[in-house]
Amino acid sequence: MKKNIWANFSSWVNGTAEGKDPYEISEKVQPREERKRFKLNEEQKMHLFNLQYKIVAAVVCLTVVGVLLYTLFQLPLFGDPRNPAVNEVVERYVEDGLKETGAVNMVAGMILDYRAFDTFGESSVLFLAVTSVMMLLLRDEKNISKEEDIQEAHERIIEREASDPILRYVVSLVMPCILLFGIYVVLNGHISPGGGFSGGAIMGAGFILYSAAFGTDAVSKFFNMKTFRTITSTALLCYAASKAYSFYTGANGLPTGIPLGTPGAILSSGLILVLDVCVGLVVACTMYGFYSLFAKGEI
Amino acid sequence: MTTAFELVLIIGLMICAISALKAKRLLVTVVIYMAYSLLMTIVWVLLQSPDLAITEAAVGAGVTGMLFLTTLKKIHALQGTKDE
Repeated sequence: MKKNIWANFSSWVNGTAEGKDPYEISEKVQPREERKRFKLNEEQKMHLFNLQYKIVAAVVCLTVVGVLLYTLFQLPLFGDPRNPAVNEVVERYVEDGLKETGAVNMVAGMILDYRAFDTFGESSVLFLAVTSVMMLLLRDEKNISKEEDIQEAHERIIEREASDPILRYVVSLVMPCILLFGIYVVLNGHISPGGGFSGGAIMGAGFILYSAAFGTDAVSKFFNMKTFRTITSTALLCYAASKAYSFYTGANGLPTGIPLGTPGAILSSGLILVLDVCVGLVVACTMYGFYSLFAKGEI
Repeated sequence: MTTAFELVLIIGLMICAISALKAKRLLVTVVIYMAYSLLMTIVWVLLQSPDLAITEAAVGAGVTGMLFLTTLKKIHALQGTKDE
């Protein structure tokens, strides 16, 4: 019995499961006369249902709006010094943040030092999301036939030949600037606004633009499934290792042996720079991976 | 407290949100949604969170819109392409 379940599950995953098709159209058709007799009745029923639907929807919406507004008026006023959010945690971040993390950009100090474990979770969520998209959309011999494959290749050739010259020219001018700005935002995450996520998103958007202008084959010359896998898993492992080291040495501002450097210099603030680069790589790969999987079903 | 500029931004956001719902064509909806994200970017800058502004501009106006457009193309819902 257990093995049967497992076999069923694997055939369901592979899309070769047999059994009752829930979307099969039943062949039972009512005789003509009977349908005529019930037609008016059915219409009346639909009308009644629509009316009920509208009334229930309005009631539910108004209730939710009412509850939310009531909660809003119960919230403490913005900027009140007696708010529960204004406590010693914020004080510590604001007053000792620069000294303890070495990051001039306090947000980076918070999310990549005090709350670095949360950011690790976020990066893993991104990785998991792209894995799920891969499960759904990745093309292999089990979910695509040979004719579809040929048709897809044909469409790609048409796309490449009919690509817009204006778009290509503008992209070849703008693309280096976008990539440089993305790298700048990632590397200066601890000095200026930005950081791993924003910079990675900018770089990913640059790759998407390039692939939209020159076709996905142009990007796959330097970025394919193998590079994607290597970069993403290495960056995540590197993040986990450096944070594990910081936990091993005691975390919470205890000395880690890594010099914090002078605040404001590019090589400062200890592990934050490394973590920023890791997050940036993961995000850039994920953003481009989403687009590539959506557009052609492979990276 | 709110300046005229902020008022213009907020009204623009509301117009974008409503017209994105009311637009007949899905392509127009996506473009309006991207415009909404750009307006939101300026709002984030005014709220003194430039980190969020950069992310909003890159993700909201760039990547998400592009993914929507790709999906619309995949399901043959874009007018003017050769599938229709």
